[in-house]
Amino acid sequence: MSTTSSPAAGAWTPALIQEVIDDHKSMPGAMLPTLHALQDRFGHIPDGAVPLIAETLSCTRADVHGVISFYHHFRTRPAGRSVIHVCRAEACQAVGSRQLEAHIKASLKVDYHQTTPDHEFTLEPVYCLGNCACGPSIRINDDVHGRVTPARFDELADELTTTVVEVK
Amino acid sequence: MAITVYVPSDTTARALQADRVAEHIARAAASRSVDVRIVRNGSRGLFWLEPLVEVDTPDGRVAFGPVMPGAVDSLVESGLFDGRQDHELALGLTEEIAYLKQQQRLTFSRIGIIDPLSLEDYTSLRGFHGLRAALARDGQSIVDEVKTSGLRGRGGAAFPTGIKWQTVHDEAPGQKYIVCNADEGDSGTFADRLVMECDPYMLIEGMTIAGLAVGADQGYIYLRSEYPLAHTILNNAIARACEAGYLGDNLLGTDKAFHLEVRLGAGAYICGEETSLLESLEGRRGLVRAKPPLPAIEGLFGRPTVVNNVLSFAAVPFILDQGGQAYADYGMGRSRGTLAIQLAGNVKRGGLVELAFGISLLSLMEDFGGGTLSGRPLKAVQVGGPLGAYLPESQWDNPLDYEGFAAFGGVVGHGGVVMFDDTVDMGDQARFAMEFCTVESCGKCTPCRIGAVRGVEVIDRIRAGENADMNLTLLGELCETMVDGSLCAMGGMTPFPVQSVMEHFPDDLTPRHARVAGGIPC
Ligand SMILES: Cc1cc2nc3c(=O)[nH]c(=O)nc-3n(C[C@H](O)[C@H](O)[C@H](O)COP(=O)(O)O)c2cc1C
Ligand code: SF4
Ligand code: FES
Repeated sequence: MSTTSSPAAGAWTPALIQEVIDDHKSMPGAMLPTLHALQDRFGHIPDGAVPLIAETLSCTRADVHGVISFYHHFRTRPAGRSVIHVCRAEACQAVGSRQLEAHIKASLKVDYHQTTPDHEFTLEPVYCLGNCACGPSIRINDDVHGRVTPARFDELADELTTTVVEVK
Repeated sequence: MAITVYVPSDTTARALQADRVAEHIARAAASRSVDVRIVRNGSRGLFWLEPLVEVDTPDGRVAFGPVMPGAVDSLVESGLFDGRQDHELALGLTEEIAYLKQQQRLTFSRIGIIDPLSLEDYTSLRGFHGLRAALARDGQSIVDEVKTSGLRGRGGAAFPTGIKWQTVHDEAPGQKYIVCNADEGDSGTFADRLVMECDPYMLIEGMTIAGLAVGADQGYIYLRSEYPLAHTILNNAIARACEAGYLGDNLLGTDKAFHLEVRLGAGAYICGEETSLLESLEGRRGLVRAKPPLPAIEGLFGRPTVVNNVLSFAAVPFILDQGGQAYADYGMGRSRGTLAIQLAGNVKRGGLVELAFGISLLSLMEDFGGGTLSGRPLKAVQVGGPLGAYLPESQWDNPLDYEGFAAFGGVVGHGGVVMFDDTVDMGDQARFAMEFCTVESCGKCTPCRIGAVRGVEVIDRIRAGENADMNLTLLGELCETMVDGSLCAMGGMTPFPVQSVMEHFPDDLTPRHARVAGGIPC
C-alpha cells in the first residue's frame, strides 16, 4: 500500500501511522491534533488510519469518520503537489474574486475539491484568509498571495510548475 | 553603526511579496557594502501601503511604500539607507502618516513597531506591566478592574467581559480553563491575526491575567487552520515566554501557574461559535450545544471556562497596567474603550483603524478608507461579517457603537467593514449568504440546515423569473423561520444580509433578464 502517486504525500504504513497517533494520544482532546499530524505527515488521512485512531482513542470508527467528514480541512485522498485555496468570501468578492475563481477553474480545468490529472494542483475553496484589505486572496500551500489578478495567478502557477522541472 | 531597516512580516505584507523585498534590500546593501540590519517587524496595519519599508533616522522612523521588489533598486539609488525622502514612494515620518496619527491605539500600540517575537522589544514598551500588576492582586480585584473598564466581548456578542469572568471566578475552585477564540472566521476581519502575528505576547499576557483572575491554570488558543503564519509565531512566542518565566509553573518567580497551548481548527466557520468550539477542542464534530449551561459554568471538559475573543484578551494588559478607568474614558454610551475597525473589500486605503467607539461609518469609509479602490461609487457596505446586513447609503451616517447599530438592525460584530462599489449585484450577495450557510451549518437544527438550501433555490428561482412575486414572499417567510427557529446565530442571522438586500436593494432581486432589458447593469 502506498500513496506515492501524489508527490505531496509521504508513504505510510500502519506502523508509521500508529507512531503519529501515539505521539498525540495523551493530549486532552487528542482527536484534532492527531488528525492534523497525520495529514501533515502523509498529505491526507489514509483510510487505514481510522481503525487505529478509534482503537487508541477509545471511540468508534464511525466517530472518527464523523469528525473527519465534518471539517473541510481534512482530506482522505492524496492531494496534488500544491494545494491552491481560493478565497470565496465577501471582501474578496468585492474586488473580483468571482472572475478570478472562474479563471483558475478554467485554466487548471478542475473544479473545487478536484486534483489535476498530473497531480500538480488540488483546488479548494476557502472562506477568508485574513488578507481582506488586499484581495483577491489565494493560498498556495502555506503561502498567502494578495491582489491576485488572473495574470498574477498564471505567473504564480508557472513558477510552481517550473520549480518541479528544476527539482527533477 | 548599522542602519536599521524594517520590512514587515505579517501575512498581508508577505502576500504582497515583502519577503522578496527584504531579500532585495539585503542584496543591495551587500553589493554596496553598507552595514544594514533588517528587522522583520509586524505590520502597522496600513495595508494599502504594504510592503511598508521603514528606516531608522535620528528624527524617527521614516516610511516608504508600497515597495514592490522591483522598486528596491531605485529606492536604494535615491538614498533609502540614509532615509532620504526624494523617492516617489517616500511617506515621511511613519508616526505622522495621517491614517495612523489619527487613530487611538490602545490595544494596537505596539504592532508594526516591534519585532513580534522579541521579548526585549515587548517589555521595552510596557509589555508584561499588566501581568506584574495582576500578580500583586487577588482574583476578585482583577475582575473588578475589568468590570470598571466596561470591556465587552469583541468576538461579536458584546457580552461584558468582567461579568463573564465573575461567573467563572465564583465557581468552586478546581480545574478551570481559559479559552481564546482565535477562529476569526468573518470575512473582512484580520485584527485577531494582527495581534497574533505582530504582538503575540500581548495575547499571552491577557490570557494569563484572565487565568489569575478566575483561578485557571490552563489555557488554549483555538486558532483557525487558515492562519499558518500565526500558528508558527504563537508557538514560538509561547516557547520563549515559558523559557523566560512569563508562562509555566512559577509566573515571574511566584507560586502562580499558567500553561498555554495552541490548538488548530480545521476549516469550519461554525467552530467560531463558542460551544461548537469547545466540542471541537474536546475532539468531536463542531455541533453547537444548547445553552444553558453556559460555558462559564460547564465549559471545556465540563469545567468552568472563560471563552473570549483574541481582542478581548488583548485589551486586558492595558486595563491592568493603566487602570480600567483609563480604558473606559474612551468610547460612547455603553460601548467603552476602542474598537478595532477593519476596512476591507473594495477600499482604497484598507487596513486596521483602532478608534474609540462612536465614529460614523461614512467618515471611516471616506476619511480613512478614501472611498472605493475602483474609484466607482460605493453601493453597499457589509459590517460585522457574513451574518451582518448590507447597509445602503441611508445608513452610513450611523455612529459605530453596539447600541446605535442594534437600533437599526445592524451588527458591529468583530468590526469588519466590507465595501462594495456599484458593480456589485446584490442578488449575488444574498444568494451567497444562503450558500455560505449551506456550507458551514453544523447541521444540528432544521431551519438552518434545510432552510439555507431552500434559500439558495428560492433566490435562484426569483432570479430566473419563475413566479418571482410568490417566491419573494416565500423567501421572506423562510428568513423569518430561520431567524425564529434556529438554535444559534448561524441560522438565526444568515437571513440578515438577505433581508437587507430585499429591503434596500430590491431591484437586484428581480429576474436578471428583466434587468438586462431595462439597462440596469448586473
Ligand atoms: C456562527 C458564529 C461564529 C462565530 N465566530 C466567532 C469567531 O470567529 N471569533 C470569535 O471570537 N467569536 C465568534 N463568535 C462568537 C462566540 O460564540 C462568542 O460569543 C465569543 O467567542 C465570546 O468571546 P467575547 O465575549 O470575547 O466576544 C461566533 C458566533 C457565531 C454564532
Ligand atoms: S443554527 Fe445552524 S449552525 Fe446553529 S445549531 Fe442550528 S444548524 Fe447548527
Ligand atoms: S475575504 Fe478573502 S481574505 Fe478575507
